[in-house]
Amino acid sequence: MKYLMFVCTDTEPDTDPTAAPDIEKWVAERDANGQRLMGDRLAPPTAATTVRVRGGELLLSDGPFAETTEVIVGFDLLECADLDEAIDVARSHPMAYAGRIELRPFFDPNA
Amino acid sequence: MSDASRALATASQESFGRIVAALIRVTGDWTLAEDCAQDALALAVERWPRDGVPANPGGWLMTVARNRAVDVLRRADVERRKLRELALLADQETVPPATGEEDVVDDRLRLIFTCCHPALALEARVALTLRTVCGVPTADIARAFLVTDSTMTRRLTRAKTKIAQAGVPYRVPTGRTLVERLPGVLAVLYLLFTRGYDADGEPAFADEAIRLARMVERLLPGQPEVSGLLALFVFQHSRRAARRDADGNLLTLDRQDRSRWDHAAVAEGLDVLSRAGQDGPYAVQAQIAACHATARSSAETDWTAIAGWYDRLVERQPTPVVRLNRAVAHGYAYGPAAGLALLSEARAGGALDGYPPALAVEAELTARRGDRTRAAHLFRAAAAMSDGPTERRALSSRADELAPGLA
Repeated sequence: MKYLMFVCTDTEPDTDPTAAPDIEKWVAERDANGQRLMGDRLAPPTAATTVRVRGGELLLSDGPFAETTEVIVGFDLLECADLDEAIDVARSHPMAYAGRIELRPFFDPNA
Repeated sequence: MSDASRALATASQESFGRIVAALIRVTGDWTLAEDCAQDALALAVERWPRDGVPANPGGWLMTVARNRAVDVLRRADVERRKLRELALLADQETVPPATGEEDVVDDRLRLIFTCCHPALALEARVALTLRTVCGVPTADIARAFLVTDSTMTRRLTRAKTKIAQAGVPYRVPTGRTLVERLPGVLAVLYLLFTRGYDADGEPAFADEAIRLARMVERLLPGQPEVSGLLALFVFQHSRRAARRDADGNLLTLDRQDRSRWDHAAVAEGLDVLSRAGQDGPYAVQAQIAACHATARSSAETDWTAIAGWYDRLVERQPTPVVRLNRAVAHGYAYGPAAGLALLSEARAGGALDGYPPALAVEAELTARRGDRTRAAHLFRAAAAMSDGPTERRALSSRADELAPGLA
């Protein structure tokens, strides 16, 4: 199954960046065993542009579509057998300690 | 009850979860699995009274359910592999060899771990376990959760959809994951038991919780907390016939007729407890339950031992409710003043505000210290706050005993 892993910041005070594993090691390992297909960091939300078309007219606005304190700072595309494997990948990412991670499976019309 | 309906009740209790679990393993389709198991039971209701009960009722139901699944899948034109595996499934059931049996039972353990997966909401885990593993009708679950049928149906559907979409595995975890997941499974069983054991709960849920705990203990040996939980259930359940008076009012432990306790169950509880150790929270709670279960009379209860177990439990589970129960135990072991002192510790920071049992405990300790009038007031306050009718009656009648004129 394919999962998109959203890597997010967290404003909760209980984060623990000191215990976080090394990101380079994480990328190298997950790439090597085929669990990570691709991924990257994102520029901050201030660099975002929101695009809509309404009534045939292009509407652009500066910034993300929703103002939230937790922001997506990166993403990884995972290929895992099931949710438990994806959880295992996510829990060893440094941002699981310093932020939060959301696992979203790709849409499956048969599920 | 006729032979056919008795056989049907037994078979449906024993077979539903097994059939659903096996069909889910092969087809991966939860709704199909449940529908086919249900169809098989419906056909049995029609056939058995007329044609007689088959020699192997479980095998009969499995074969019917399997054939339904094959029909549906054939119509849906799915891969041949699933159909082939389905054919094998029924063969295992009709000739019931010991090995095939174990494979099928393992399916149910897998199913429990899937239903109790932490990626699902806690309430959904309990409901899904009841529906899928135990085969409890959705309407009964809805009633116990105080929601409408359609709300419960939606909740179950949402949980099953999440399982399919998110890729929740159908597997008994191993290693670190098993260590992490097992407490969650036990918490669901505990909630299930509590739902059955509550004053105005659904008694059948307690039986289901015990059946599941027995099964998990058998299939996952060497896990002390599973034995601890099962022992706890068995001890509590041993008092079921003595818990209420003739009018259905709840009786506290000291007022129960101990000859009506199920002494065979107590013996079984002690046996299970010997496998539970003394460390896990459930094992410690079971040790406490064992102290009560083996006391010949209320006066002979070993409160010093119980207070010691609560000291141990509060280290592992420092929750307000555990602190409250510890205050009760110390109150009996070392006098009401000691109990009241621990009670005010437990209440620190308003932790037990609005929780009727805390008031009831204060009332009981106050009564034992000799202030009957204040105790009666406290019992009445607890009754007014309580939302279960049976509980409320029990508290009011305690108040009446202490201060009859003071309504």
